[in-house]
Amino acid sequence: MSLLSIRDLSITIDDTPILKSVSFDIAEGEIVAVTGESGSGKSMTAMSVIQLLPKSARQTGEVVLDGEDMVTMPENALCDRRGQTVGMVFQEPMTALNPVQTIGAQVSETIRVHTGASLAEAKARAAEVLERVGLPADRFPLSRYPHELSGGQRQRVVIAMAIALRPKLLIADEPTTALDVTTQAQILDLLKDLVSDFGMGLLMITHDLAVVADMADRIVVMRHGEIVEQGQTQALLRDMQHPYTKMLFEASRHQVDMPAPQDSAPLLELKDVVRDYDLPRRSLFAARESYRAVKGVSFKIDHGERVGLVGESGCGKSTLTKAILGLEPIQGGSIRLDGAPVDADHPGTRRQMQVVFQDPFGSFNPRHRVDRLITEPLHLLDTPPEGSERSDLVAQTLTAVGLSPDDARKYPHQFSGGQRQRIAIARALIIRPQLILFDEAVSALDVSVRAQILDLLAHLCADYGLAYLFISHDLSVVRSVTDRVLIMRAGEIVEQGASQDVFANPQHPYTQSLIAAAPVLPDLTQETAHV
Amino acid sequence: MLRYTLKRLLSLIVSLLAASVVIFLLIEIAPGDPASFMLGVNARPDTLAALQAELGLDVPKWQRYLNWIGGMVTGDFGTSYQYRTPVAQMVADRLWVSLPLALFALVLSTVIALPAGIFAAARRGQAGDIAVMGATQLGVAIPNFWFAMMLVLVFAINLGWFSAGGFAGWDQGLFAGLKSLTLPAVALALPQAAILARVMRSALLDVLGEDFMRSARAKGLTERQALWRHGLRNALIPVLTILGLQFAFLIAGGIIIEQVFYLPGLGRLIFQSISARDLIVVESVVMLLVFAVIMVNFIVDLAYAAVDPRLRLRT
Repeated sequence: MSLLSIRDLSITIDDTPILKSVSFDIAEGEIVAVTGESGSGKSMTAMSVIQLLPKSARQTGEVVLDGEDMVTMPENALCDRRGQTVGMVFQEPMTALNPVQTIGAQVSETIRVHTGASLAEAKARAAEVLERVGLPADRFPLSRYPHELSGGQRQRVVIAMAIALRPKLLIADEPTTALDVTTQAQILDLLKDLVSDFGMGLLMITHDLAVVADMADRIVVMRHGEIVEQGQTQALLRDMQHPYTKMLFEASRHQVDMPAPQDSAPLLELKDVVRDYDLPRRSLFAARESYRAVKGVSFKIDHGERVGLVGESGCGKSTLTKAILGLEPIQGGSIRLDGAPVDADHPGTRRQMQVVFQDPFGSFNPRHRVDRLITEPLHLLDTPPEGSERSDLVAQTLTAVGLSPDDARKYPHQFSGGQRQRIAIARALIIRPQLILFDEAVSALDVSVRAQILDLLAHLCADYGLAYLFISHDLSVVRSVTDRVLIMRAGEIVEQGASQDVFANPQHPYTQSLIAAAPVLPDLTQETAHV
Repeated sequence: MLRYTLKRLLSLIVSLLAASVVIFLLIEIAPGDPASFMLGVNARPDTLAALQAELGLDVPKWQRYLNWIGGMVTGDFGTSYQYRTPVAQMVADRLWVSLPLALFALVLSTVIALPAGIFAAARRGQAGDIAVMGATQLGVAIPNFWFAMMLVLVFAINLGWFSAGGFAGWDQGLFAGLKSLTLPAVALALPQAAILARVMRSALLDVLGEDFMRSARAKGLTERQALWRHGLRNALIPVLTILGLQFAFLIAGGIIIEQVFYLPGLGRLIFQSISARDLIVVESVVMLLVFAVIMVNFIVDLAYAAVDPRLRLRT
């Protein structure tokens, strides 16, 4: 008998169908990955197993966990099962822990609420569990607060909370999406070890197909609340039946045809750029100390060149981006665009650069229409176009990014995430800048949408001879859309070179560890050839 | 935590000094010489000079400031121009009314507001929530002097449970003192409680949507357990802010209610002293109020750190 058996589960919220007749099983010691794009219902599936659904949700079907149907179980019995029979790990470790309680209190709470153990017993058990997840008490005492830990360490605490009572099933909802690649690799290893040690079942929700292929015994692919395909990982990867599954995997490994770079005159030149942040005074009369976020960075981008900037969180890539845009002063070195310094005294250089940010929802004023949004940079021009000239420019730019000229009169909320990112690109493109900075510009997008946006970039490069700096933590994307790549760590560029060379033959140990940690999709075309 | 406390203490002292300078300058700018005001327009110049010397008005301004501050620190607030009695004594008498009144009102408002806010938040959108929110809307809207008069009408005149005004004095016993402060405290507490309840409710609702509340439920806590163990302490942070502001208001802002109930409090003292141009009393009482407000802020800062460990590191 399987540990978890979901049968014909359907959920509606306010008459909107969320899940449609979902059925799958998990056996003890098995890792099942549920994957799909946003809105596919994968997280709702996870929440239905622990029955923490929104109050307005209506469900039919069965969720049988360890022989008991969770759907019909009364609330107090459910509370009993949660944390004891089934544990859950969430996506965002920064917010999943209570900021005003120690990690010891939060882990031992799982134990106390179910077993009635004394405080001392629960604390001792919590210390053991934290040690098991890699937070030994001599270095991470129980009295630590969440804000004293890094993201990866916090996720370990969340995992400790979930496995403290050795549940039979662990649910992990995008457990590594918010983490850096090297941390992600460690957390995934930990989850795998726990599954084999405890014989737990693991229900893993993730959009990252490389992680899926690497971890899962079985894969469940969902779209629009339905399961389109499921099967053993190897078999499914080798022989995908459903066109959607094929499309997902193809989009994930999408290679972009970049046009060859044109000329090689330097466009952006950074020389020994230093950025210091003042730290708060430690006492009233002490001198201010400063933190050096960027430590003497030098590199060049040529006209029409596409350069990637890769590094983990906190390495200084955002700081560097702001410095290049002239949004923050630098304390040493120089930044020149086309020979002119980038600073507040030279607004002319600013118009040569535009930026596209990660969050397509947060970077627009929701009360402005598209034409007003994308024409914002025009004020940088000496003679901004007026009247029909202006509307022609709007239409032309919207067409260039794959939208319709009619979209100019719409508001941002009327577009999907991918379309909004197109609007952001249109806004950057409209004054024909020489350089665009893409700051994690495709990180929030679903794989299929991401593939389209990357293709759009390739088109724009061919049409406009665009140069860009593509900042991302996603190595495979950087590899496919850049000519050259810079690897940044702790405020320094540790390695740079042609993208193909750096990824194929990394020299610096840090680059090597980054590439080793990044999960890769197995090359199926070759595998099928062998079979 | 010690470092944090010391820093707060330092900022408290700096604020007090700054406030004292501002108060002193404002009173100096105000037209009218107390000595000539006391003696009237027909006073002889030598009498005037003598009185000025007696009041300590004949020395340079900076020296008067230092004398005043030095006196405040040692408990000598000077002598009232009008009554010729030590200001410290006058203030102390009034403080024994105003401070208990403010505390009484604060306790009342907290005791009413926090449970009401929690009750409403736990029943978001249901009848209980709507009823509590309706009541707080009313509480915010009703002017407290009108409410005070209604209280007098019902509980003092019609029912005769309380006296309509005046203060019995603490020498009549704790109960008698509290009894005469009850109606004023209720009148002061009502709008405060209404605001506080709304803050409590919305703070708690914000916290209920947080990820760590979901984590708590996933551990097996019931809704109620999650609310009490994880929700409340996080929700208290904005509530503390409002509570601090309210206490400051209750100490300084009781003037109208003191007037309605004929209470010999600080508010009335300051009102009368301004009318009589008894500037030394005004100066001292205002400084005292500033001191109280800054002290309350200091205590709220410490309470923040006690509730939220993240603040203990911050400078």
